[in-house]
Amino acid sequence: MKAKVYVTLKKSVLDPQGKAVQQALSSMGFNEVKDVRMGKYIELDLGAIEKTQAEQKIKSMCEKLLANTVIEEFRYELN
Amino acid sequence: MPTQTIEITPDIIAKHNVTMSEYGEIKKILGREPNLTELGIFSVMWSEHCSYKNSKNVLKLLPKEGKRILVKAGEENAGVVDIGDGYVIAFKIESHNHPSAIEPFQGAATGVGGILRDIFTMGARPIACMDSLRFGKIDSAPGSDAAHTKHLLTGVVAGIAHYGNCMGIPTIGGEVYFDESYEGNPLVNAFALGLAKKEEIVKAKAEGIGNAVLYLGAATGRDGMGGASFASKDLTEESQKDRPAVQVGDPFLQKLLLEAVLELLKTDCVVGIQDMGAAGLTCSTCETASRGNTGIEIDVAQVPQRETGMVPYEIMLSESQERMLVIIKKGREHEAKRIFEKWDLHAEEIGKVTGDGMMRVKENGVTVSEIPAKRLADDAPVYVREEKEPEYLKKAQSFDPKTLFSKTGDLNAALLKLLDSPTIASKEWVYEQYDHMVRTNTTVLPGSDASVIRIKGTNKSVAISVDCNSTYCYLDPYEGGKIAVAEAARNVACSGAEPLSVTNCLNFGNPHNPEIFWQLKKSIEGMRDACLMFDTPVSGGNVSLYNQNPKGAIDPTPTIGMVGLIEGRDPVTSFFKKEGDVIILLGKTKEELGGSEFLKTLFNVKSGLPPRLDLKEAKKLNDLLIALAKKGFLKSAHDCAEGGLAVALAESCISNRGREIGAVVNVTTDHLSNEAFLFSESQSRVVISVDPANLKAVEELIKPNIQYEIIGKVGGDRLQINKLIEAPVAVLSHAWRNAIKRRMEVATA
Amino acid sequence: MKFGVVVFPGSNCDHDCYHVLKHVLGQETDFVWHKEREISKYDCIVVPGGFSYGDYLRTGAIARFSPVMESVQKHAEKGKLVIGICNGFQILTESGLLPGALLRNRSLKFICRNVNIRVENTDSPFTRKINKSAVLKIPIAHGEGNYYADEATLADLKKNDQILVRYCDEKGLTGDTANPNGSLESIAGICNKKRNVFGLMPHPERASERELGSVDGIGIFKSILEMN
Repeated sequence: MKAKVYVTLKKSVLDPQGKAVQQALSSMGFNEVKDVRMGKYIELDLGAIEKTQAEQKIKSMCEKLLANTVIEEFRYELN
Repeated sequence: MPTQTIEITPDIIAKHNVTMSEYGEIKKILGREPNLTELGIFSVMWSEHCSYKNSKNVLKLLPKEGKRILVKAGEENAGVVDIGDGYVIAFKIESHNHPSAIEPFQGAATGVGGILRDIFTMGARPIACMDSLRFGKIDSAPGSDAAHTKHLLTGVVAGIAHYGNCMGIPTIGGEVYFDESYEGNPLVNAFALGLAKKEEIVKAKAEGIGNAVLYLGAATGRDGMGGASFASKDLTEESQKDRPAVQVGDPFLQKLLLEAVLELLKTDCVVGIQDMGAAGLTCSTCETASRGNTGIEIDVAQVPQRETGMVPYEIMLSESQERMLVIIKKGREHEAKRIFEKWDLHAEEIGKVTGDGMMRVKENGVTVSEIPAKRLADDAPVYVREEKEPEYLKKAQSFDPKTLFSKTGDLNAALLKLLDSPTIASKEWVYEQYDHMVRTNTTVLPGSDASVIRIKGTNKSVAISVDCNSTYCYLDPYEGGKIAVAEAARNVACSGAEPLSVTNCLNFGNPHNPEIFWQLKKSIEGMRDACLMFDTPVSGGNVSLYNQNPKGAIDPTPTIGMVGLIEGRDPVTSFFKKEGDVIILLGKTKEELGGSEFLKTLFNVKSGLPPRLDLKEAKKLNDLLIALAKKGFLKSAHDCAEGGLAVALAESCISNRGREIGAVVNVTTDHLSNEAFLFSESQSRVVISVDPANLKAVEELIKPNIQYEIIGKVGGDRLQINKLIEAPVAVLSHAWRNAIKRRMEVATA
Repeated sequence: MKFGVVVFPGSNCDHDCYHVLKHVLGQETDFVWHKEREISKYDCIVVPGGFSYGDYLRTGAIARFSPVMESVQKHAEKGKLVIGICNGFQILTESGLLPGALLRNRSLKFICRNVNIRVENTDSPFTRKINKSAVLKIPIAHGEGNYYADEATLADLKKNDQILVRYCDEKGLTGDTANPNGSLESIAGICNKKRNVFGLMPHPERASERELGSVDGIGIFKSILEMN
């Protein structure tokens, strides 16, 4: 089972990196970009594990370590 | 094995940058044809970067002996200088120009990483870094690519910060210089200095037959394949395609290596350590064996590998970062491994020291390469290159700056323009990204002529300056080489320190061009004469040749790192301190605007005869500064360099952020032009300020030694110079402080 | 007082804190390796600055799971003192000992320079020897010191007087130009509700000796000594 975890700053938290990228893009002429949010992408190889169990584990990993829930939110994909 | 079956063709030999005559030499050494792995090994060891084959012949001109020198240039990874009371310092400057041109962030970061490893593998804890950086212009101009240059500057500074900050070693200053000759070929010269007790210094030697050879640190990957030979090729458009030759650094891993190695050295189980830098495993194995007069045998199958399917050729030539070779006394391996494990590090025993003088590489027990270590490490060919005075020189030198004076315009505006020139301007934008205070030793922060670190538990401080005016070197390499050393020595003396020793980084173009080789030789001759006069032997450094871009070679740039010692007193800073202090100009101003920043900034002219330097005068001035500092008379001391007296006075007023203060100055102008009086770059001049109560005593010290003039007083909120300059310090400060920031922080279109 | 200075892999201000406590203030001080669990002999634990675990993933995120942090948690519950400086502050917020989080600097750059901070509250073991509203010149050196907390947390911090220091100018005025990293309400350091855990981004250990150009930071350490 492989997991892909995406961690981004919460909507309510200013993302200065995203803002800088947006400004750079717009100065390059990509004016259609309305918003940029930067984040982290993490791949995990869980080996042979059942999906429900994997789901439980991944959620716990995100809450404990991979994301800081004070400022970040996360989502994941399993396959 | 695949590497053994490939036939060595002239094409393969050429691809390794090995000439046919060198190939002949290799065959003579081996008594047979080399296989591909062996050819690869020779090619990296006999590259300019590792062997100095093109420069050795002129490098020997530099003085290397001195009463304080404990480890001489070329003997070990860095020179070692005695600073008394049982303490020694190890320091070196090294280039990472080509990797930084291709990938500025990682190129600069790994440059810092490499020089730090050179220091701590000698048993010295690194306590300071500095960098000499050179770029093209960051002002948009026709035919220049300012946007790319800014990208390089941003990346290089961030890379240096990334590595040094994470390691917890302060980057306490350096220089940043802008000139179009560096466009597309930036110079990144990283300096590091470490401290040890005399008995703690270890050698990079493989001694004691049967002792274990341990591989410590990151696993080996295919990164930086043949980086050493890569660094010795002209940088062409195709280098962009050489991207895999750039390594990625891991400063966190290196911080662990640092702590583990220093802890390990407290035990006595280490025989020798060497960093795997350029030419990786190849260089570290044959050099340690050569120094120890032994042989070394390793099995590449034991080498931790990050990628699968790597062949011996790749493993031997890889330049993966954060790796080192440790020779451990037989039977003490477990002690070492215990320390490594504490720091979550992995060490693998990959071989042993032998007695037959061979560097033998095996793969799963089968010998794949066998070369006499000493001959490989020390017997690279040495070339005497053809030399010729460059075509441009006479004409450039004969240019008379006075022909431009009708266009000088307002002198106040000229001063502001100079303060706004990135080469002169405050480098805050750069050094605020570096942690320059960690370890709480930095007693003179970046921005003064030299930065100073104290040695805790002693009454000693070390002052460091890195310097080179490459425009002078372009216009007169001999005088330029002299001035580079003299200015660095003067910077150090301005802080009150006695100059001790020099490390240098010789950045030049392609040495096969006789004009370039002439520049190299003349610069070295200038450096030699200055080093002899100041009694500051060269304790180490490196050579970076082939610094070319499609437009031609860079200006000759012999970067000097000067180290000085202060004992028993506070260091002196460059800025004015107190209302009422008396300002004195030491030295004599002459009509010397050739090669000046004034000509470059106002007229975009890089011509004229650069200033002449009288070495005896320079030495007298340094001795005087040290004597004044010893008596505690110097409130401030600032060297007159780029931009001359006017810029030196302005900087003395404005460089103490938040505590800017004015000055009123009246100087005898003799028969000088206004331009020369204000902006001439005559050498051996220093602006000092002293307490009026000490004036008489100060003059008594100066009088027998140096021509001087009492020129004014500190105070007010304006800088006035004769009737020529009058400006609020706030205006000067704003121009100087924001010059780089305002250029770097505009949105890149 | 007995101080323990925690050492994580990648800590690099550990020696600086040790130096001030041991050699400048003459206190009994030990380094505490991050795998240590027994810390009961210490009155005050210092979580120093640096790049613990290379700041990989997030600053302080991995260090908080070191064995010593469990003991630090208990140490704090007992009412004993904990001070986290720079990366130490980040570790304390990650571990939940202090509320909020530290984001990347507004400029997206690492910043090292002297700044001014104003002492907002002297009713704490860390500020009791300093005058209220005193302006201290203390360096910062961080890439992620931009303090953030949600509205409810911020309201709580204010209500309980947990904001101990704010960035300000030389005259003590707060505002955008005196805020080096974009911190919420110019917050430079906060304590917990029980007031025995303090985290701040500026480095008082770098401003505790005359030779270094400022002794404004020593007041924080001297306040701690008043515990006796």
